[in-house]
Amino acid sequence: MSKILTTLAWFAAFIFFAPVLWMVMTSFKQEAEAASSPPTFFFEPTLDQYRAIFSSEAGSHFLNSFIATTVSTLLVLVLAIPAAYALSIRPVKRTQDALFFFISTKMLPIVAVIMPIYVIAGNIRMLDNLALLIILYTAMNLPIAIWMMRSFFLEVPGEVLEAASVDGAPLLMTMRRVLIPMVAPGIAATALICVIFAWNEFFFALNLTAAEAATVPIYLMSTMTSEGLFLAQLSAASVLASLPVVIAGWIAQKQLVRGLSMGAVK
Amino acid sequence: MTGFEHRLDSLTGRPLRRRTLLGAGAGLGMGAAALSLTGCGGNAGSGGRETIVVAIVSNPQMQDAIGLIDHFRADHPDIDVRFVSLPENEARAKITASVASGGGEFDVVMISNYETPMWAENGWLADLEPYISETEGYDPDDFIPTIRDALSYEGRQHAVPFYGESSFLVYREDLFEEAGLEMPEQPTWDQIREFAETLHDPDTGMAGIALRGLAGWGENLAPMNTVINTFGGRWFTPDWEPMLNSPGVVDAVNTYVDTVRTWGQPGAATSGYGECMTQFNQGNAAMWYDASAMVSGIEDPRSSTVVGSTNYALAPVMETDYAGWLYAWSLAIPETSEHKQAAWDFITWMTHPDYFRLVGEEVSWEALPPGSRQSTYEIPEYAEIAANYAEPTLNSMENATQENSMVHEVPYPGLQFVGIPEFQDLGTRVGQQLSAAIAGSQTVEEALDQAQTFAEAVARTYGWEA
Repeated sequence: MSKILTTLAWFAAFIFFAPVLWMVMTSFKQEAEAASSPPTFFFEPTLDQYRAIFSSEAGSHFLNSFIATTVSTLLVLVLAIPAAYALSIRPVKRTQDALFFFISTKMLPIVAVIMPIYVIAGNIRMLDNLALLIILYTAMNLPIAIWMMRSFFLEVPGEVLEAASVDGAPLLMTMRRVLIPMVAPGIAATALICVIFAWNEFFFALNLTAAEAATVPIYLMSTMTSEGLFLAQLSAASVLASLPVVIAGWIAQKQLVRGLSMGAVK
Repeated sequence: MTGFEHRLDSLTGRPLRRRTLLGAGAGLGMGAAALSLTGCGGNAGSGGRETIVVAIVSNPQMQDAIGLIDHFRADHPDIDVRFVSLPENEARAKITASVASGGGEFDVVMISNYETPMWAENGWLADLEPYISETEGYDPDDFIPTIRDALSYEGRQHAVPFYGESSFLVYREDLFEEAGLEMPEQPTWDQIREFAETLHDPDTGMAGIALRGLAGWGENLAPMNTVINTFGGRWFTPDWEPMLNSPGVVDAVNTYVDTVRTWGQPGAATSGYGECMTQFNQGNAAMWYDASAMVSGIEDPRSSTVVGSTNYALAPVMETDYAGWLYAWSLAIPETSEHKQAAWDFITWMTHPDYFRLVGEEVSWEALPPGSRQSTYEIPEYAEIAANYAEPTLNSMENATQENSMVHEVPYPGLQFVGIPEFQDLGTRVGQQLSAAIAGSQTVEEALDQAQTFAEAVARTYGWEA
């Protein structure tokens, strides 16, 4: 029985992984092989697609994405951690309303507000400007980060905080030295989510950037064409675009597996 | 170490380090610095250099231009060109939003003969006549006249063509010979249906004909509208009465849908230009009626398996002399551009007769942007390669006028599109109905009745009353 389950698990894993594998394989093909029908499984691998990307202007897209993602994620954490503290451990007045307000900002579809944002950005001459993307990505991720961080803070046993105050630790020190280390896995998870959302964000970037501030998803799009073949090039670009997220996930994983506040209170 | 820190160590499993906190602080500082650095974006040049931003559609010919930009830079060291290259739909949406709202991100935009007259009328595009007349050796009379007219508003050119296309039919000459069939220079739809029936062979995976079915005003509606035109149908009468369920349109759409459903490629309802191209290139279709730009894929041995066994015929007709469409990807300067002269210098480079030689020598003669200048077809190297399709391409384009391709008068410009701003939305919704008819989920009559109600809503805004 367990053998069948193991086989099934491997099979399911393969099904989930197959598209990624196919993308990686396609990235080493020539365009004609990538478009052939039926698909080719055996081919002479080539690095042409990667060479083409490295000789294009992809570098500036990656740099833009890196800056927008890192800065917006740091800003989100700086804002979300105190906010979540105030909404969980020391609840302020009308906590539920505040929480609902934060999440309600995610309820309006972005497409409904893109035109006003575009016009405002145009008027203040912020179109095609990375700072605008950073502000928007921060605003976009903040509600999720606050909700996530709040749930992690709620898991922290009150006794630990009491112990800290009995030991004479003031608020900031308690936050810095007790709370934050205890919720470090939560911070890692939140940061990872923010990184993924910001790195993959397409709609704002498509509409609000042009040449200067364009990010990686826009680069991926530019490798596509409605006339002619592009699958191999797009696959190679997608592999490169996925790498930073994979690396971020791998780094965060180290934090995530440490477990929450296990064994804090005996 | 205080008692507190002791307790802390046992909780976190590691000694407290000042560095961790310092690191976090430094990270934030870096973020703030990056913010202030990027705050000075925009396209202001430095040291007398001008930066222009060019928005183009990422088709192969445009990618070639990006690859050749060093030649432009060598001639214009003071102009820095940045490209924004996107697939057709995204590029169109982005360019439209930017130009219509005066966003001003772009100095050069790639638009078509659909947008040019409307945008020129709205005052969104710079009049290019003064620039054209002052540019030596530019030879505007060399542009194919129908394209030049389509890019003009009140007789003044507001965009210049980079490449143009009509529609025609490609067929497999080898299969026709085997079956003892002969393709006339200008077939009728009845003949096309007979050929398709003879050559259709599902057992060997051979479709009689490939036709677009994917919903979209630039997808299935493009070929279908040329069929509607030549069958004597039209979208609106001169006083804007919608005609989508009139006999001419019903006949035309029935013919198209029945042809593609009976002898068409598998998955026709979701086949766009790209899918049809793949079908034909892989040797899975005997004919294909589509954009004349298809030759860049079909005649390229890197992507096609049927090079050397193809030939071309004019767009199939019924009641008109010609039926081909007219489309041109063109370059224009938005009124908001602050670098108009630099923008024009770039446009000149990309549409000048010399550019075609450059592409031929640096990329390949097959890669020449076709259908914009008559002189392209006089270049010996290109004439040799294009022997099969130069004549039908030029012939289609030169005759792609409403007088030649429509039976009745209409109040809008355009052949395969209705030249009104509402058409992007209207066309896509009608295209969805027709795609559903191709998929078999509704009849042609049902699709067209629904399409008629969409068209009625638009007609009312032009003063028509039921």
